[in-house]
Amino acid sequence: MLTTLSRKMLLCLTGLFLAFFLLIHLLGNLQLFLPAEEARLQFNWYSQFLSGNTFIKLVSYILYLSIIVHVIDALLVTIKNKKATAPYKKDSRGRASKWYSRNMGVLGTLVLIFLVIHFQNFWYVYKFGTLPLDSAGKKDLYQLVVTTFQEWWYVIIYVLSMVALCYHLIHGLHSALRTLGVFHPKYVRWFKIIGGVYAVLICTGFALMPIYIYFTTN
Amino acid sequence: MKLDAKIPAGSLEHKWDNFKKKAKLVNPANRKKLDVIVVGTGLAGSSIAASLGEMGYNVKSFCFQDSPRRAHSVAAQGGVNAAKNYKNDGDSVYRMFVDTLKGGDFRAREANVYRMAECSLNLIDQAVAQGVPFGREYGGYLNNRSFGGVQVSRTFYARGQTGQQLLLGAYQALMRQVGKGAVQLFARHEMLDLVVIDGKARGIIVRNLDNGEIERHAAHAVVLATGGYGKIYYLSTLAMGCNGSAIWRAHKKGALMASPSWIQIHPTSLPQSGDYQSKLTLMSESLRNDGRIWVPTKADETREANTIPEDERDYYLERRYPAFGNLAPRDISSRAAKERIDAGFGIGPLKNAVYLDFAKAIKEQGHDKIKEKYGNLFDMYRKITGVDAYKEPMMISPSAHFSMGGLWVDYELMTTLPGLFALGEANFADHGANRLGANSLLQASVDGYFIAPYTIANYLSGDIHTGKISTDHPEFARAHEAVEGSLQQLIGINGSKTVDYYHKTLGKILYDYCGLARHAAGLELAIQEIRKLREDFYKNVKVPGNLSSMNSELEKAGRVADYLEIGELMCFDALTRNESCGAHFREEYQTEDGEALRNDSEYQFISAWEWPGMQGEPILHKEELTFEVLQPIVRSYK
Amino acid sequence: MKLNLKVWRQKDRNSQGQLVDYTLDHLNPHMSFLEMMDTLNETLILNGEEPVEFDHDCREGICGQCGMMINGIAHGPLENTTTCQLHLRSFQDNETIFIEPFRSAAFPVKRDLRVDRSAFDRIISSGGFVSTNTGQAPDAHSLPISHQLTEEAFDAAACIGCGACVATCKNGSAALFTSAKINHLVLLPQGKEERQERVINMVQQMDAEAFGHCSNTEACEVECPQGISVLNIARMNYEYNRALITRK
Repeated sequence: MLTTLSRKMLLCLTGLFLAFFLLIHLLGNLQLFLPAEEARLQFNWYSQFLSGNTFIKLVSYILYLSIIVHVIDALLVTIKNKKATAPYKKDSRGRASKWYSRNMGVLGTLVLIFLVIHFQNFWYVYKFGTLPLDSAGKKDLYQLVVTTFQEWWYVIIYVLSMVALCYHLIHGLHSALRTLGVFHPKYVRWFKIIGGVYAVLICTGFALMPIYIYFTTN
Repeated sequence: MKLDAKIPAGSLEHKWDNFKKKAKLVNPANRKKLDVIVVGTGLAGSSIAASLGEMGYNVKSFCFQDSPRRAHSVAAQGGVNAAKNYKNDGDSVYRMFVDTLKGGDFRAREANVYRMAECSLNLIDQAVAQGVPFGREYGGYLNNRSFGGVQVSRTFYARGQTGQQLLLGAYQALMRQVGKGAVQLFARHEMLDLVVIDGKARGIIVRNLDNGEIERHAAHAVVLATGGYGKIYYLSTLAMGCNGSAIWRAHKKGALMASPSWIQIHPTSLPQSGDYQSKLTLMSESLRNDGRIWVPTKADETREANTIPEDERDYYLERRYPAFGNLAPRDISSRAAKERIDAGFGIGPLKNAVYLDFAKAIKEQGHDKIKEKYGNLFDMYRKITGVDAYKEPMMISPSAHFSMGGLWVDYELMTTLPGLFALGEANFADHGANRLGANSLLQASVDGYFIAPYTIANYLSGDIHTGKISTDHPEFARAHEAVEGSLQQLIGINGSKTVDYYHKTLGKILYDYCGLARHAAGLELAIQEIRKLREDFYKNVKVPGNLSSMNSELEKAGRVADYLEIGELMCFDALTRNESCGAHFREEYQTEDGEALRNDSEYQFISAWEWPGMQGEPILHKEELTFEVLQPIVRSYK
Repeated sequence: MKLNLKVWRQKDRNSQGQLVDYTLDHLNPHMSFLEMMDTLNETLILNGEEPVEFDHDCREGICGQCGMMINGIAHGPLENTTTCQLHLRSFQDNETIFIEPFRSAAFPVKRDLRVDRSAFDRIISSGGFVSTNTGQAPDAHSLPISHQLTEEAFDAAACIGCGACVATCKNGSAALFTSAKINHLVLLPQGKEERQERVINMVQQMDAEAFGHCSNTEACEVECPQGISVLNIARMNYEYNRALITRK
């Protein structure tokens, strides 16, 4: 049986790994902002490279595992936390903390739902569906992206999900450093700022992609 | 009854060593066979329970609070004295002995006082080893501040929370023994009677305050470390639960009660502001290091404090006691405040307070320095009064604080009942007629850490063949029944007045007639009034609820019933002492300029009172005080 | 002034409780909150009803015994204040005030507003001490400790054990309480000797008492009467991780 601290450590390590993955994912996807034809070739090449590389494969298994562990661990933590408390008839405890700090479970669930949609949209189709080939003979994932983001409601789902992810990240990164044991007031302050900037940059970057595509290809 | 203080032979500085050399020991294998009950978990109670547990005795520790850490030692603010002379300002054990004996107006035993000063050195070491974060200099060494009644800086402090930190040290030591199984802890258990078998204290009857069950606990020795009874005045600086019931019930079982009327009125508490008030919060005496006390020179002054010019302020302590100034001892400062207030110079809405002013200190040392020294006290003041004391002076007034009186104990801290020990504020021993600031934490700690472990072992050495004490003994049954009977009686009265009504009324009587100043006619009147009040109590008090569940009104009723008896004894004690000494100021006995007039030829003794039964007047026994080293002098702080 | 109270009444541990309405009039705004409760009880007793049981003792904010959820906030509307230091001037005339016990699975309600916080004692008992017996201490000056370190240790040691951190935590976590004691002792050289065992034992005991996980919402610091910093929790995590890695 893990202690409460170890459970949080597991949540922290998987969370940090996922947060780091987001950066790599974002950097790769920046290719979508290239001029359309260039982007198509680049992006499709990149996609094929990722799915073919053994090292990347290994990393992707760790990634899947991290998501699963993060979710299950968060579920266990939440269940224990719920058991540890009793409801108040009048509850104003919220005045002492941020709403997103208190609702990591809700935000996390939103992000998880988004992940399912996101996987279904791209990952599943790329792996198991049939895609046309581009001029270089690679699977044309770029076309799939463009087609998807021509639906306005997909754009909205993606943007809103990035908002949820952003808040999840702001608290998550801050909390993770606490769990790691960063206690020096000076570094705590720096990390809080760095974490916030990181979360906002990543999520803005991702959110801009569907918007950019929606407006440039419509 | 002949009172034998059992002072060891030898010169003053060798008495304690001589005792320790000859004290009997109990070998570690035998300690497991011996049970000790400790009632109270303040500094004295926690420290003796932890120490005995470490030594290998079976200890049971009781407190009425929900955790040992809540005992009222926690509230002591200013500090703890020790003659370390770290400040190189001429301090020594002897100097501390002189200050304490003189501060107590020569109404304490030389040997006890000397021992307390001597053990003070070890206490600081012990506390530091436990992790008590005493204030330190930038070089890493311990810092000191000064307190009233002395001319050296010997007070160690942990901000304004010294009592809390010392208590947590003792509490943690206690909890360590609880974790090891050496001490059994009974929180939310209140002692309601002492069980005496064949003339020896052998156990107690307690009530589980959470479910109302009455329990019997037996032991080879019983230690009472239950604190003082200053809450008898209702309005006091003490916690709501502080009470005299444990020592009073022991008194009724045969232990003598010494000097019950010597109750310290602390000069710097917050003034009363209305009838609803339940307590008066203390502001640490350490504030007098930098605060200046004054009243306006004009009676019935209506101007704001800050607008009163310097030459219309009367810094009466600096005026009357130039050598000690604002750091005059507590009894003297309180009386001087009362004198000004009674003369019509009091300030505040009820004209019952004086100013404590930090303007000069803030100007000289800066806001930050004052904040570092007293920040938490200023915060506390703001929380309670809504006033920022950095900007305007505090309003303070005297309030009941500490009982120098308590169970009579000999040099070994044993009462007149063999096997019954009293430690800390529960005994009368070391402070004489007035306690110096920062000596209470000290006394409670040294009693528990350094004195009682030797003297209790000395007593228990005679009990190694006794075997377990059974709670089936008829004396246990008798005490058990008596306790149930008296609780039943309280519930059964079902009158029309609340317990608090009686407590407040009693407090008012005592405040008026047996408080800062007393006189014979008033004390006689008070005795009559208290008797009437007690009669009324047993006819008209209303205690709701039942015996078999949590019932805090029932707890209070039991305590107030005891207060109604203690109050009467206090008045007897004050009435029969025809002199003024320390906290006991009889208006008939004062010098021309209003200072206390002691009478050494007739009253150089401790009054120890015997319980006469429900009828009759208390019986006085005297323990003559002899001074071999320091001859009593007129106590002057001018 | 007049107040409408909704007070939690519960007969004992196993009973269901409920909010009961009371109205008090002619209150003095300078009254403390607990004096208002005294007034309520006096009225109840004289009306032949059972008074409200509530925890309190020193009434100057240091013993840590008092504690109520007042309008859904631990110790009421003022920050860094105990219930006993709260005065009626912090409320409006004719205001409705909800008064409930501190709630957490580890703090069962004993009756009305009184809760059982003995879990805290057991946490201390599991390691919140320096293992030094009476009489073993060397001279206090043999161990210089810097002013700053002492002050830091004091900041953690100032905890009064009231339980507001647990009551206010949405997870019912005792991380602030536990970490404050761990840090008080680990910061000082006296306490360093046992740092590994202490942090591991205390964390295990904290878990055994059914407290929840800390999720760093930091609400506890805001409501803590002594303003104990949440960085203590970070440091406890550091100590715990360190102990797991370096322990033999």
